[in-house]
Amino acid sequence: MSDKSSSKGILTPLKRVRGLGASGSSATADFWWQRVTAVGMLVLIVPVIVIVMMLLGRNQAGAGQILGTPIVALLMLLFVVASAFHMKIGMQVVIEDYVHDEKVKLVAILANNFFSIAVALAAIYAILKLSSGV
Amino acid sequence: MAMSIFHRATGVALYFGTILLAWWLTAVASGPGAYSIFSSFIGSWFGRLVLFAYTWALMHHLLSGIRHFVWDLGYGFGPSEREGLTWAALIGGIVLTVLIWIIAYAFGGGR
Repeated sequence: MSDKSSSKGILTPLKRVRGLGASGSSATADFWWQRVTAVGMLVLIVPVIVIVMMLLGRNQAGAGQILGTPIVALLMLLFVVASAFHMKIGMQVVIEDYVHDEKVKLVAILANNFFSIAVALAAIYAILKLSSGV
Repeated sequence: MAMSIFHRATGVALYFGTILLAWWLTAVASGPGAYSIFSSFIGSWFGRLVLFAYTWALMHHLLSGIRHFVWDLGYGFGPSEREGLTWAALIGGIVLTVLIWIIAYAFGGGR
């Protein structure tokens, strides 16, 4: 066997160049980070529920004061960041499983990235603004 | 098992539910006007229904996520274990949701 590609598995050179093989994609990293963020949120869920309970029925000034407390802000930031990564990866899996038209899939994955980033930044910006007290 | 779709469905619901989380935080950061709009939505019967559904989706997704962790670690694949884990996630999700709302009303209801 003198064929150069024989040692690199069954992928055609074109497929490999497109990065669509397992070695060329980020699937393994996604799998790992989906679980890292899940464990993170598992730890954070109780404090986050307690924070939400503390804020129930308060007016804007009271809610802002609590959310701006360093420990509360930090816990919320961690939860928001973990959520954003987790939901971005999860939705990508769902898209790849159910959307088979390449163009629609591309648009859906783009939209997923934009949505996840926008939601995360909106939440992060709000928390930081409350923390800085302006 | 058909129940696995619940994990995905609740995940997708939570995905769009994060709009609520971002709206809540930006409303507090924006000021009293924006916050009162958010409060009147979440205080309405429809808002409370959405929040209740969100709570359930979160609790179910969390418990069925733990179930996936058990499977990731290589346990719980026996027929009865599999069924048991699924039912535990299903019933546990409902129990936790009701519990959280009881505590929420006991805590925040007076304010």
